[in-house]
Amino acid sequence: MELSGWGRALTAEVRAWRPERAPGLAEAFRAEREDGVIVYAGGRSYGDAPLNGGGDVIMTGRLDRILSADWESGEVVCEPGVTIGDLMRIALSHKFIVPVSPGTGFATVGGGLANDVHGKNQHRHGSFGDHVQWVDLMLPSGEVKRITPDADSELFNATVGGIGLTGIMLAMSIKLRRVKSNAVLMREKKARDLDEFLAMQDEAREKHAYVVGWIDATARGRSLGRGIMESADDSQGETDAPPGGRIRMPVEMPGFAMNRVSISLFNAFYYHRLPFGGRERQAPITQFLYPLDAIEDWNRLYGKRGFYQFQCALPEVESPVGLRKLMEAISGAGTGSFLAVLKSMGKWGRGHLSFPMPGYTLALDFPSKPGVIELLDRLERITLDHGGRIYLAKDGAMKAESFAQMYPKLDEFRAVLDRIDPNRVMDSDMSRRLKIRG
Amino acid sequence: MTSNKNRKESWLVLGASSSVARAFARAAAEDGADIILAGRDMDDLGRTAEDVSVRTGRDVDVIAFDAEDVASHAAFVEDAVNRAGFLNVFLAFGAMPEQDEIDTDFALAERSIAVNYTGALSVLHRLAPHLEEQGDGHVVVLSSVAGDRGRLKNYVYGSAKAGLNTYLQGLRARLFRKGVSVTTIKPGFMDTDMTWGIEGMFLVASPDQAARACLNAARKRRHVVYVPFFWWGIMNIIRHIPEFIFKKMNI
Ligand SMILES: Cc1cc2nc3c(=O)[nH]c(=O)nc-3n(C[C@H](O)[C@H](O)[C@H](O)COP(=O)(O)OP(=O)(O)OC[C@H]3O[C@@H](n4cnc5c(N)ncnc54)[C@H](O)[C@@H]3O)c2cc1C
Ligand SMILES: NC(=O)c1ccc[n+]([C@@H]2O[C@H](COP(=O)([O-])OP(=O)(O)OC[C@H]3O[C@@H](n4cnc5c(N)ncnc54)[C@H](OP(=O)(O)O)[C@@H]3O)[C@@H](O)[C@H]2O)c1
Repeated sequence: MELSGWGRALTAEVRAWRPERAPGLAEAFRAEREDGVIVYAGGRSYGDAPLNGGGDVIMTGRLDRILSADWESGEVVCEPGVTIGDLMRIALSHKFIVPVSPGTGFATVGGGLANDVHGKNQHRHGSFGDHVQWVDLMLPSGEVKRITPDADSELFNATVGGIGLTGIMLAMSIKLRRVKSNAVLMREKKARDLDEFLAMQDEAREKHAYVVGWIDATARGRSLGRGIMESADDSQGETDAPPGGRIRMPVEMPGFAMNRVSISLFNAFYYHRLPFGGRERQAPITQFLYPLDAIEDWNRLYGKRGFYQFQCALPEVESPVGLRKLMEAISGAGTGSFLAVLKSMGKWGRGHLSFPMPGYTLALDFPSKPGVIELLDRLERITLDHGGRIYLAKDGAMKAESFAQMYPKLDEFRAVLDRIDPNRVMDSDMSRRLKIRG
Repeated sequence: MTSNKNRKESWLVLGASSSVARAFARAAAEDGADIILAGRDMDDLGRTAEDVSVRTGRDVDVIAFDAEDVASHAAFVEDAVNRAGFLNVFLAFGAMPEQDEIDTDFALAERSIAVNYTGALSVLHRLAPHLEEQGDGHVVVLSSVAGDRGRLKNYVYGSAKAGLNTYLQGLRARLFRKGVSVTTIKPGFMDTDMTWGIEGMFLVASPDQAARACLNAARKRRHVVYVPFFWWGIMNIIRHIPEFIFKKMNI
């Protein structure tokens, strides 16, 4: 069957397994095969991390059971296909939250760990791997091992952010964080240009648990880098649960729907809807964390050819200059981006290939049209020149040489893979494209 | 469910390792019922039990049940009835061996009948007096559109489900007299293990959609429900194709 990542620009013809029971997962993994295998979980990575053209994928979405929960300590044990959004809603009813959550609740805990995902609170609570206490990992040999940050920490660090290449996670234990309510108190404020934006975020992250910025990637000149900053903190009081309904993108939008004009208009609208003094309100945390989840299949907005997402991180000191260059390249190219996100991060991820680093991260979508690869190439160059890195969860275009320069712990990662997977059982389109095994 | 606020509703889920049954258990528990999971794969049932109880806070029990072992059904039903509050029944088990494999191995035909027909009758037969005594409640059974007409590709399975459908018509009349509803669900395609990898599927229901449809059908005391509902139209056409044409068709 044909599968694609969330961006739908890259596809793969695969033999897919979809076990519904735990022994079925092991059985699928141990099946005879000539080419390698990789897990496809929620499919919310944009590029080719969960794809394996010509080979096998094992879909884990049906293994979505919570195996135990301790509402004193906040420790939950999950099958790998439990979605972070489900876990969040269940945890909230016991006054806990998943401490780190990406911008979609449809990512699974398996995918969350394999990309060591980060949220809007990265500067305060780190990334997903910092909250996982153990993982039952089926190694490429078929052996099942419980790995923890302490026992065989090298294997643990290779698995956190290891884009599925160390084996199959069968279950994991996550430590939830206690909260007082299901809500956050959020503030929105306008920033007129990039410098103001960075100054505001620098200040906000000292004070607030969550900080994120929406940036108008079509604005140029004096307005370059203008946007809206959101900051938020745990609220003391409950709020009404968000309505459960979701709108569905009923049909594929024609490719031309996402053009320069519609994108600029959207961005201008998004920017100007907010009064200059900003505003403050109480919001359900799920609504705050997952704004796009209200529209099912929103990726179809980009038409059949799909889109790419570019997300890079730049170190603190390089950020002001590097971000300006990136924004100039983007607004100059005129392809535009529907919603661009700029946020600060404060901590390194623990995995060999973890993305987070102290500094800033910028993420944008580009429709898959002629010229997009050249633009991505330029952005890759700028990122590299400023000591930054591109996020594997989003990437579908980076070159292998750049990847090797961006991830200095690649050798340690390779050493673990050579030890546990000498026959290269695990394989993916991303692993081949980025020559991760050398 | 019929409204009686003080009553503790339970759903007995037979064949609980099916993904539709799993989704049904979650949905029924979300709506406030306690659950008894019954089936053969005890490890899997244990996982689902924990999951449903963590997600919903309801009580979830597990009992071993083998549809083919009819001798054990009387004791099984005793046990289930003792553990249940106010009893409702969701029957999900079924077996669909490939027709061409059945053609060369009669044991597979026997198994299909033993599970889909005899097994279902046996357990429903023993549950019926308890339901009558209760004087209210719901029975929902996953049958199949395959029972609507004997097809080249599926006629042994189809005939077992057809027998089941006829049995359910009678059971419906019997239990109706005591206030219990009996709903025959005829799924077209559901996206489960049974159909994974089969080419040419269309109008497929996800397990969650199918489970919700079953629960709604029970609440409305429906008699026969196609899932997804378009299948009513499709089967209507298929039922009306003249036999001299139908026998030549490759479906
Ligand atoms: C709208 C949207 C917003 C997002 N926002 C953010 C964000 O704010 N921060 C962020 O960090 N990311 C974000 N992401 C990216 C997303 O969180 C990651 O791509 C995540 O890994 C997706 O999880 P998944 O379950 O969909 O996994 P998939 O995309 O299916 O797979 C991801 C990787 O995990 C591996 N994997 C999954 N399960 C297992 C397992 N059981 N065993 C071994 N390997 C496994 C796969 O092989 C693959 O390499 C966003 C994505 C979307 C669509
Ligand atoms: N999927 C479809 O498109 C479709 C269409 C029409 C009708 N149906 C019907 O829907 C129901 C659910 O099936 P499914 O699609 O979820 O397929 P499935 O995953 O194969 O489920 C079948 C279930 O029946 C159970 N079972 C088989 N033999 C049993 C026995 N002797 N005793 C107890 N349980 C037994 C299996 O349990 P074990 O774990 O013990 O094997 C399994 O849980 C079945 O009745 C099927 O006929 C399905």
